[in-house]
Amino acid sequence: MAHLSEDNLERARRLVAVYPERRSALIPLCHLAQAQDGWLTEEAMEDVAELTGVTPAEVRGTASFYDMLHTEPVGRHVVAVCTNIACMLGGAYELLEHVEERLGVRVGQTTADGEFTLEEAECLAGCDTAPCVQVNHRFFGPLDADGFDRLVEDLASGALAHEVPRHGILCRVERTVGLRAHGAAAGAGDAPGAPGAHGDDGGVR
Amino acid sequence: MITGAPPIVTRRVGIEDSHTIERYLATGGYDALRAALAMAPEAVREQVDKASLLGRGGAGFPAGRKWSMLAKSDTTYLVVNGDESEPATFKDHLLVERDPHQVIEGTIIAAYALQVRQAFIFCRGEFALGLERLQQACNDAYALRALGESIFGSDFSLDLVVHPGAGAYICGEETALLESLEGKRGFPRIKPPYFPAAIGLYGAPTVVNNIETVSNLPWIVSNGGEAFAALGHGSSTGTRLFALSGRVERPGWYELEMSKTTFRDVIYDPSLGGGVRGGAELKAFIPGGVSAPWFGPDHLDLGLDQDAVGAAGSMLGSGSIVVMDEATCAVRAAWRITRFFSRESCGQCTPCREGSSWLEKIMARVEGGQGRESDIDLLMDACDNIAPGVSWPPQQTTICVLGPSIPSSIASAVRMFRDEFLRHVKDGACPMGAGR
Ligand SMILES: Cc1cc2nc3c(=O)[nH]c(=O)nc-3n(C[C@H](O)[C@H](O)[C@H](O)COP(=O)(O)O)c2cc1C
Ligand code: SF4
Ligand code: FES
Repeated sequence: MAHLSEDNLERARRLVAVYPERRSALIPLCHLAQAQDGWLTEEAMEDVAELTGVTPAEVRGTASFYDMLHTEPVGRHVVAVCTNIACMLGGAYELLEHVEERLGVRVGQTTADGEFTLEEAECLAGCDTAPCVQVNHRFFGPLDADGFDRLVEDLASGALAHEVPRHGILCRVERTVGLRAHGAAAGAGDAPGAPGAHGDDGGVR
Repeated sequence: MITGAPPIVTRRVGIEDSHTIERYLATGGYDALRAALAMAPEAVREQVDKASLLGRGGAGFPAGRKWSMLAKSDTTYLVVNGDESEPATFKDHLLVERDPHQVIEGTIIAAYALQVRQAFIFCRGEFALGLERLQQACNDAYALRALGESIFGSDFSLDLVVHPGAGAYICGEETALLESLEGKRGFPRIKPPYFPAAIGLYGAPTVVNNIETVSNLPWIVSNGGEAFAALGHGSSTGTRLFALSGRVERPGWYELEMSKTTFRDVIYDPSLGGGVRGGAELKAFIPGGVSAPWFGPDHLDLGLDQDAVGAAGSMLGSGSIVVMDEATCAVRAAWRITRFFSRESCGQCTPCREGSSWLEKIMARVEGGQGRESDIDLLMDACDNIAPGVSWPPQQTTICVLGPSIPSSIASAVRMFRDEFLRHVKDGACPMGAGR
């Protein structure tokens, strides 16, 4: 019994089919699993393993290498504060201190209500808006303490629900057309909608 | 642009909805691809040779030469590198978000010139919006028949996959990128083979080019390689997208004519950087990403020229310029860069893995005021173990060049601001205050 939903299994099979070798779909499938669950569960990794022809241990071993793949639960919002050189010169450590205070957690921790996980990020390529913050990989910056507080309010009130979907939902545009790598045409019409395309939680559950 | 050269890769960026297919087509989009398809593949390659286009990913290798190295094989691949994670670099981020069709059109032109039938765009996973726009652009390009079978009715077919990364700086290194694209950990591959053009993705010959590199191709095809080569000077032809950040009034991206624009222009011109923030004095600047040795004010009049910057002891690298002002603590800046390398080392090579964490600890100790005078020698000694001689360009001791790049910032800070290290030790605290 698969852990991934029927729709997501279909998406997963289509993703596997666009690559010349199925293992190449491993990371895209981990993203898909995170879009469903918010993080990468043991059960999802078993599905990914089966779909890509490797062992669950290989999926875990690969996933653990990558910062964006979380093999432990995280909050609905993962707040990543960049402290690399350009942001540091723009006051990132002072901002990080404020963020820790405002959220009441340290880097690496999740708030008790499961809303926020705090991370300290390396350069996010948003250095012209230093100090730069991402929430679920959506960009905000430059941010000062007040700006961050307003951001937290907007996230809590749902005002940013469209711009910032729940953690794990990354690319809401799905591949709809094209050749499969092996030459067969991938049907254009019957694709399930992209995760997250229909409202905040993506309707994937 | 302050030299009168036309914008090339950013020509649409200021236009509203520049990322949409409608806007792209309304501004001449995919005309260059049609023109390329009417040419022989060799003729397209010839234009790129004439343009002398240097790779924009960091190493500055001539694109035409790289293409000519692609080994003959039934199966070959093109992989476009959009992993952009070198600290202070944010040009590819701009290009994928604001002109994704240009990236895709450039990719198709490169694939046609190389006669490759399967291409990938590896986009940094943290670029959620960029991924959405690239995927939408890819879908639209298929619908337009600019991708897929018999592109625009020609006998050329190409499949393109937009592939998301998952967060690891090292995946920008081309062999690590290929490992990652194969669904593995991003461990750089042992060289030789030196170039994926011999053995690349799934063991097949593969060209890896940067996002900005391919973004230049539509303009080159439309205007001719000679027009591109007429811009800039010497081997640094065309324009380049520079990312300016740090203690400057107007941080941002600027597309500038190579060689003819100077660092002084970028940092001080009112239409560009607008000067050091608050009118402060310039202390130092990093000319090309954090792997590059630093320059002081005495290098401001150097042109943005790959050879000239190389001869002066650093590199244009990824095209990112970081400004430090008089209040910036050099020890802290070098510590933060070292910390980055220590966090991002993939761990395969001992000098890189152990060396970076050692250096980070010593730098943190010095910056915090708990250092000893002998720490400066200790730092340089450890740097020497990672890259013997601590020369530029560094000696290669490891699988990839991340390791040998680690000493750059520390060696620069020690060479330029030795007194500051000593004051940290004597005062038992950072003389600039805890701040930046
Ligand atoms: C540690 C390391 C990180 C790199 N990161 C990137 C990157 O983020 N983007 C990129 O295009 N090239 C990066 N490169 C350079 C690539 O290995 C490769 O040279 C480049 O993608 C080739 O494209 P080009 O010839 O068009 O410049 C990196 C190299 C190293 C050693
Ligand atoms: S030099 Fe560092 S990053 Fe490069 S392969 Fe070796 S350990 Fe990995
Ligand atoms: S240094 Fe923070 S986004 Fe680049």
